[in-house]
Amino acid sequence: MSIEKTLSRVTEKMIDSRPAPSDSIGAVAWLRSNLFAGPINTLFTLFALYLVYLLVVPSLQWALIDASWSGTSREDCTGEGACWVFISARLDQFIYGFYPSEETWRVDIVFAVFAALIAWLAIPKLPAKGWVAIVSLAVFPFIAYFLLHGGSFGLEIVGTHEWGGLMLTLVLAVVGIVAALPLGILLALGRRSEMPIVKSICVVFIEFWRGVPLITVLFMASVMLPLFVPGEVNLDKLVRALIGITLFQSAYMAEVVRGGLQAIPKGQTEAGMALGLGYWRNMGLIVLPQALKLMIPGIVNTFIALFKDTSLVLIIGLFDLLAIVQAGLADPKWLGYSIEGYAFVALVFWVFCFSMSRYSQYLERLLHTGHKKR
Amino acid sequence: MHNNKKPLLIASAAVLAASMATGASAATLDSVKEKGFVQCGVSTGLPGFSAPDDAGNWQGLDVDVCRGVAAAVLGDASKVRYVPLTAKERFTALQSGEIDVLSRNTTWTATRDTSLGLNFAGVNYYDGQGFMVSKDLGVASAKELDGAAVCIQSGTTTELNLADYFRLNDMSFEPVVFDTSDQTVKGFEAGRCDVLTSDQSQLYALRIKLSDPASAMVLPEVISKEPLGPVVRQGDDQWFNIVKWTLFAQINAEEMGLSSDNIEEKKSDTNPNVARLVGADGNYGEAMGLPADWAYQVIKQVGNYGQMFERNVGTGSALGIERGLNALWTDGGVQYAPPVR
Repeated sequence: MSIEKTLSRVTEKMIDSRPAPSDSIGAVAWLRSNLFAGPINTLFTLFALYLVYLLVVPSLQWALIDASWSGTSREDCTGEGACWVFISARLDQFIYGFYPSEETWRVDIVFAVFAALIAWLAIPKLPAKGWVAIVSLAVFPFIAYFLLHGGSFGLEIVGTHEWGGLMLTLVLAVVGIVAALPLGILLALGRRSEMPIVKSICVVFIEFWRGVPLITVLFMASVMLPLFVPGEVNLDKLVRALIGITLFQSAYMAEVVRGGLQAIPKGQTEAGMALGLGYWRNMGLIVLPQALKLMIPGIVNTFIALFKDTSLVLIIGLFDLLAIVQAGLADPKWLGYSIEGYAFVALVFWVFCFSMSRYSQYLERLLHTGHKKR
Repeated sequence: MHNNKKPLLIASAAVLAASMATGASAATLDSVKEKGFVQCGVSTGLPGFSAPDDAGNWQGLDVDVCRGVAAAVLGDASKVRYVPLTAKERFTALQSGEIDVLSRNTTWTATRDTSLGLNFAGVNYYDGQGFMVSKDLGVASAKELDGAAVCIQSGTTTELNLADYFRLNDMSFEPVVFDTSDQTVKGFEAGRCDVLTSDQSQLYALRIKLSDPASAMVLPEVISKEPLGPVVRQGDDQWFNIVKWTLFAQINAEEMGLSSDNIEEKKSDTNPNVARLVGADGNYGEAMGLPADWAYQVIKQVGNYGQMFERNVGTGSALGIERGLNALWTDGGVQYAPPVR
């Protein structure tokens, strides 16, 4: 065999790459490897699809296709499906509770400003975050109080007994979240402190509040407390509930924060001390920034639980979103639309909780510095 | 609700009430006049008795009792602040002075009247436990229910009353227990049981929740006594009288044929009973610390008892409950009020 003959079989230029065979890429291949990989796999897939069909089609039929959307009374619900008229006719009440309808602009302003502040803090590109944070924590609560409650600047007083619906749920959740986090951090630091009195106070506080159910706390605040204080002292029911929720959640928050603090190696603190930092600067500059970042899932978990726990106030007669929908279901004009009512409440709660969850995942990605997997 | 009786809670409340009875018994009338509104405890939502309407105004038979008191005391039925209360909170809310009247479908029982430091100021609805059956069943009386499957809500005295009734009549039954009234009615609709039992006032509300309300009927038998009425603190007789006589004025008004529609023309009526009631002859409000036209204001703004009943729970409402026991004594019922003189 001569060398020329061999060389003539060797091509001189590179052969162009060709696409992979059509049955190993794309949707078809994905389906084949994941859903139809074998007879048993195929059987399971078909069965699951059938289940989904059984569930989804009637739900959609009921909730969208056959549903009645517009009108003012139950006579407008002629379809076989859901009667969303119940929700639309009472939407104002579900959002504002018994807040006088000519004053609801005050609630709108408070929540619009609140949303704007949150958005400002949440979008990374916007400047002056420090100032906005100070305004939201130090100035905004007072503006919100004066607007919602009134009583000065010529605004009519709207007592807390007229608050209700989604507005009350948000007030309870936001105050609970904003107050419980700093309190929880202080409690966690106190529990890790070497000062015996501070430490034991914090341990007792945390273990006491974690040891009782929230319903008991609310019930004590609403039923027992008024019996022990003199008749003239009339602490607002909402304030009592808020204090109860805040103290309760701060105990949970403290344990989440303590978990995060324990994940920071002792060397970090020692290095800080070697640099001559005192306790608070050491904590504020070195330990807490690292720890809080690790705690995001735990903290948001607590927040979401708190948001949902606010509906427990219905047992003390405060009309949060769930309670006001339930009260609406007792109106003889709307008897029998409980599924629509509960579906609406579930949707609202889901939207809020899911947003919190997504934001926390975004924060984790933004702040990750190599501790995280992936 | 009146059927959630918790012996322990009542006992502890009784102890507290005993220690509180002396504390919060200052003149309620003065404090109401000073505040300018009546604080009234209502339920967090019970069809026909108290529930907010689409515009957020409270409506119902219990709510109208509050409005009547406000009309008598302040001359304006709208001057009421409603405090929604759960069954567990209601007595302490009254004892601690958070509310002035409790009008929350509360059953008048000996224990509550005598050991909680409270007084029942009358009966605005005579309720009792009844049965609802499907019309297809072809049953006309509860006596024919031997061996039936009965849907009940758990943890209520309804269960006890039911067992007592069946034992007394030597019949057997199979309980099907549910947690909430919504579930109970769904169970009934799905055919899990032949009979649904609850308080009669609630049976009518549950019936509306059926997809075809006309397919079910409420049997005539009532197997327990549940007189529901407004409650006040013990030790303030003036306020007790005011609440009691507000209700009596409405019952008397119905008996005399006075209503919110004809009170204007009837107030100068020569009938001495009418003249005394509306304050044209003598001043019967004075002894209670009320203006002479107290009853006139109640009837004009809230109506007589019959109007109140029809509007909220009667045939003029979605519930469509017959007057039955709640008819006037002259019509075969037991609503009877002492005369004004």
